[in-house]
Amino acid sequence: MVGEWWRSANAVPPNMHGSVAPEKSVCTRKGLLLRRNRPQTTAFAAGAFFALRSPRGFPIASGLPMNLLDPQGPVAAANSTILVDSVFIMLAIVVPTIIAILAFAFWFRASNPRARFQPDFVYSGRVEMVVWAIPALTVILLGGVAWIGSHQLDPAAPVPGTGSPVRIQAVSLDWKWLFIYPDQRIATVNMLTVPAGAELNFQLTSSSVMNTFFIPQLGSMIYTMNGMVTKLNLRADNEGKLQGLSAHFSGDGFPDMMFDVNVISPLAFPDWVATTAKTDAVLNEDSYKKLMQQGVEKGRPTYRLDDPRLFDLIATQHVPPGPGPELLSEAGRSQSGGHDAR
Amino acid sequence: MLGKLDWSAIPFDQPIPLIAGAVVLVAILAVLVWVVVKGHLPYLWHEWITSVDHKRIGVMYILLASVMLLRGGSDAIMMRIQQAIAYQSQGYLPPEHYNQIFSAHGTIMIFFVAMPFVIGLMNLIVPLQLGVRDVAFPTLNSVGFWLTATGALLVNLSLVIGEFARTGWLAFPPLSELSYSPGVGVDYYAWSLEISGVGTLVAGINLVTTVLKLRTRGMNYLRMPMFCWTTLASNLLIVAAFPILTATLAMLLLDRYLGFHFFTNEAGGNVMMFMNLIWAWGHPEVYILVLPAFGIFSEVVSTFSGKALFGYRSMVLATMAICVISFMVWLHHFFTMGAGPDVNAIFGIASMIIAIPTGVKIYNWLFTMYGGRIRFETPMLWSVGFMVTFIIGGLTGVLVAVPPADFMLHNSMFLVAHFHNVIIGGVLFGAFAGFEYWFPKAFGFRLEERWGKAAFWFTFTGFYVTFIPLYIAGMLGMTRRMQHYDVAAWRPWMLVAAVGMAILTIGVICQILQLVVSIRNREALRDRTGDPWDGRSLEWATASPPPVFNFAFDPDVRGEDAYWDIKIHARQQSLEHEEREYHDIEMPRNSPTGFVCAFFASIMGFALIWHIWWMVILGGIGAFATFVVFAWRDHDEYVITAAEVARIDRINLEERRSLVSMAGAT
Repeated sequence: MVGEWWRSANAVPPNMHGSVAPEKSVCTRKGLLLRRNRPQTTAFAAGAFFALRSPRGFPIASGLPMNLLDPQGPVAAANSTILVDSVFIMLAIVVPTIIAILAFAFWFRASNPRARFQPDFVYSGRVEMVVWAIPALTVILLGGVAWIGSHQLDPAAPVPGTGSPVRIQAVSLDWKWLFIYPDQRIATVNMLTVPAGAELNFQLTSSSVMNTFFIPQLGSMIYTMNGMVTKLNLRADNEGKLQGLSAHFSGDGFPDMMFDVNVISPLAFPDWVATTAKTDAVLNEDSYKKLMQQGVEKGRPTYRLDDPRLFDLIATQHVPPGPGPELLSEAGRSQSGGHDAR
Repeated sequence: MLGKLDWSAIPFDQPIPLIAGAVVLVAILAVLVWVVVKGHLPYLWHEWITSVDHKRIGVMYILLASVMLLRGGSDAIMMRIQQAIAYQSQGYLPPEHYNQIFSAHGTIMIFFVAMPFVIGLMNLIVPLQLGVRDVAFPTLNSVGFWLTATGALLVNLSLVIGEFARTGWLAFPPLSELSYSPGVGVDYYAWSLEISGVGTLVAGINLVTTVLKLRTRGMNYLRMPMFCWTTLASNLLIVAAFPILTATLAMLLLDRYLGFHFFTNEAGGNVMMFMNLIWAWGHPEVYILVLPAFGIFSEVVSTFSGKALFGYRSMVLATMAICVISFMVWLHHFFTMGAGPDVNAIFGIASMIIAIPTGVKIYNWLFTMYGGRIRFETPMLWSVGFMVTFIIGGLTGVLVAVPPADFMLHNSMFLVAHFHNVIIGGVLFGAFAGFEYWFPKAFGFRLEERWGKAAFWFTFTGFYVTFIPLYIAGMLGMTRRMQHYDVAAWRPWMLVAAVGMAILTIGVICQILQLVVSIRNREALRDRTGDPWDGRSLEWATASPPPVFNFAFDPDVRGEDAYWDIKIHARQQSLEHEEREYHDIEMPRNSPTGFVCAFFASIMGFALIWHIWWMVILGGIGAFATFVVFAWRDHDEYVITAAEVARIDRINLEERRSLVSMAGAT
C-alpha cells in the first residue's frame, strides 16, 4: 500500500512499487452548515472540502499555532463553523436578554419616579408562552445542528482525501506520543509527519493512563485508553507546521506531551519515509518497553518498525501496560518527583 | 505500628506547604488559646459544637465554607501565578506540587466551599421559611455537618502530612490507580470524600424530609417560597446522586487497597465505567449547587423589586424539570470518548434541553423586575450581576453541549472558563447574595453596605478579567492543567488572567473587611424588627436572630408570600396576635453525638489513609459506640415554658408593631 496516496490528477510522481492505484472517486460531504470553497486546496483534491466561511483570519489571533478559528483541515473547519454558528444563534437571544436585564434593572430603580409600579404584574399567560418558547425554539434549532453535526463529524467517519489514506497508529506513552506508520514500517516520537490532502486514518491507544489526542487546527480530539482502540479520521490541507498536544491530564510530564505536526507536500512524503526508514533505531517490543517508561522526550527520535503488528500487541495488552513510577530510572525519578514514596 | 506513616511524610524540602501549614497551625492554636483563656470554651461547646439548632448548624456550615474558600482561593492564586510565569520555564511550582494544587482547588471548591455554603443557607433558612421549629432530624443534621468538617480536615491535613491527589479533582483511573499514583494523595482524596459524602447524604435526607413533612399550617406545596422548592429539588438530587459517588470511590478504594480490578488497565478493569459513574453523580452535582442559588436569587429579586415572583408556578415547573433532566445528561462530559454519533447527539440535545427551564427562570426574574420598585442593595447587585454573567456561562455551556464544538473545546481552558462562569457567576454569586441577604436574620445586624458593594464590584470585574482571557486561551488551543507551556500566544492571556485574579482577591478582602467593620458597628446596624429588607416570606416574621424555637405560634399561611400577606392584613385590620395565649414549647436537646462521631471518623479516615489498622478499628468502634449511646438516650427534648416564650416573643412583637404602624403611615 505504500505510496498510493500521491496519485492524483495533478501530481504524478514516480511510482515506487509499480502498482497503479485506482483513481479514488471522492465523495463530497455536504451538510447543513458545511460549505466548500477553498481555492488553494481545491486544485489538490477536487471538491472534497468543506471549508470555513467566516472565521478565517478572526481578529483575535490569526496565524497562531493551535488557533481553533484558523482551521487547516476540513474537520477543524467544520467544527469551528459549527462552533461559530452556534455562538451566533445563541447571541441572537442572549444579547437582547442581557440588554433587557440591564434596562429593566435601570428603569425600574426605586428612585425613578417615571417608572410605573405594578406590584400585581406577577402572571401573564402570554409572557409565559413567550419565555418558554424562546429558549425552546433556540434549542430546537441548535439540537438540529447538534444532531446533524454529530453524525457528519463523527470522529470515525471517513474524510475523503486525495490518493489513498495514510494509516497512523498513535500510542500515548508516559509522557510522549508514539506514531507508528504500519504501512511505511516506520515510527516517530512526538513528531507527526503527514502529507497534505490525504485522508489520515488514526487508530489510537494508550500504553498506560488516559490521554487525549488533539491537533487543534485539524479538529476533533479523541481519548486514548489502554486496552482499547479509538478511531479518528482527519485531513490536513495546507503544508506547514502545526502543533498537537494531549488534552487530558496524565501525570507529571503531561505539559511536555506537545508534538509537532509537519504537513508536507505529498511529493516530499515518500522521501521523508525513505529517509526515516534508514534510521538505525529499531522499534520492537523491547525498545517499546524502554520507550514507555515514564519520562519526558525532548528530542524527536525516529525508528524503523520491526513488527507492523506492534500496535495490535499494545492495544490487546500482549505488551503489558506501562509500569508507572516504580520502575523509574534515577534520572526520571528526579524529573517526576521523588515524593511517591510518601 | 504507624503503617506507612514516617517522618518522610512531612515535606521538609518544600517550603510553601510547610509555611502555609505552619501559619494555619499557629492561627488555629492562637484561636484555641484565646478561646480557652477568655473562658469561651463552655459557651462554644454548649451553644455551638453540640448544638442541634438548624440555625447554628447552618452558620457553622457557612463558616466552614468561608474558611475553605480562603484555602481554595489561595490555590487559585498560586495556579494563576504559576501559569503567568511558567512560559518556557518551570515557573515556581514543580509538577508534583502544581498537580496537587489544581486537584485540591477543585475538590475544595466543590465539596468544601460550594456544598457547605448552600447546605448551610438551606439549613439556616428553609425551616424558617416553612414556618417550623426545626429540621426533621436535628441530631442527624449535626452529624452531617461534623462529617463534612472531617472531610475538610483531612484534605487540609494532606498539606503537611503526606500529599494530596495529583490526578485532578475527579481522580480518573487508571492515573488514580495504585500503579500510577502509589502515594497517599488519592487515598486522602477518596477517604475525605467518602466521609464528607456521608455527611452530605444525611443532610440531603434531612432537608428532603423537612420540606416534605414539616410545613406549617396552610403551607401547601404551591405556597412554599421558591427557595424551599429549589431546596427540595437540590436535596432530592443529593439523595439520588451521592450514593453513586460513594459507591464509585469505594470501588476505586477496593482497587487500591485490596487489589480489585474495577478500573485498572489489567484484568478486565474498565476506566470508561468510572467516567460514566463519576459523571452520573457529577452532573447532578452541578445542579445540586446551582438550584439553591436559583432559589436565593428568586427570593432576592422578588424582595428587592417589591413584587411577588413572576410566574411562580412556571418557576416550580422549571425547577423540577431541571431536577429530573439533570440526571440524563452525564455523557456530555466525555463526547470525545468515541461513543458514536447517535449517543453523542442524544446526550447533546438532552443537555441543551436543560437550558430551556433555565432560560425560563432568567426571563421570570426579568419580569419580576418589570414593574417593580428595585432597591439596589448588595444582595440585589449580586443578583443582577448573576443574571448577566450566568447567561454568558449558559451560552458557552450550550456551546460545549454541541458535540462537534465540544470536539474542539473539551478539557480546554475554554471549558475551564465555562464552568467557572457558571459556578462563580451562579453558585458563588448566589451564596454571596444569600449571605448578605440573610446575615441580618442570623445575627441580628446588617452588613455594611459600602464594603459589600465594593466587594461586589471588585469580584464582578475580577471575574471577567480573569475568565475572559481563559476563554480566549481555550480558543487558542490551550488545554487545562498545564504546569508549564512554550506557546507564546497563550502568554499574554495568562498574564491578564493573573491581573484578574488580583482584582478578585481584592473583592474577597473587601468581603472580609465588610464583616469586620459590620461586627464593630453592629449596634448602629442592629435590626430590631426582624424584617430589615421588607421581606415577603416567613423567615422575616420572627426576630433576628430568631429565638431557638423560631416561632412562638405556628404561623398560619393563607397564600404565596406568607409574611407579605400577614403584613398587608396587619395594616388593614390593626394588629394580629393582640394577646394570644402562649404555650410551652418542646425543643430537641443538644447532643455531642455529631462532634464525637466525627472525631472518631477523622481518626478512622486518617488511619485508613496511612494503613494504621489498629487505629482504624479504634475509630470504627468509637464512631459506632457513639451512635449506640445516642440511640439509648432517655431524654431527647427539653421544655421552654410558656412564660419564657411570651417574654421572648413580646420584645420582638413590640418592635414589629412600631414598624407596621410606621409602614401603614407612609
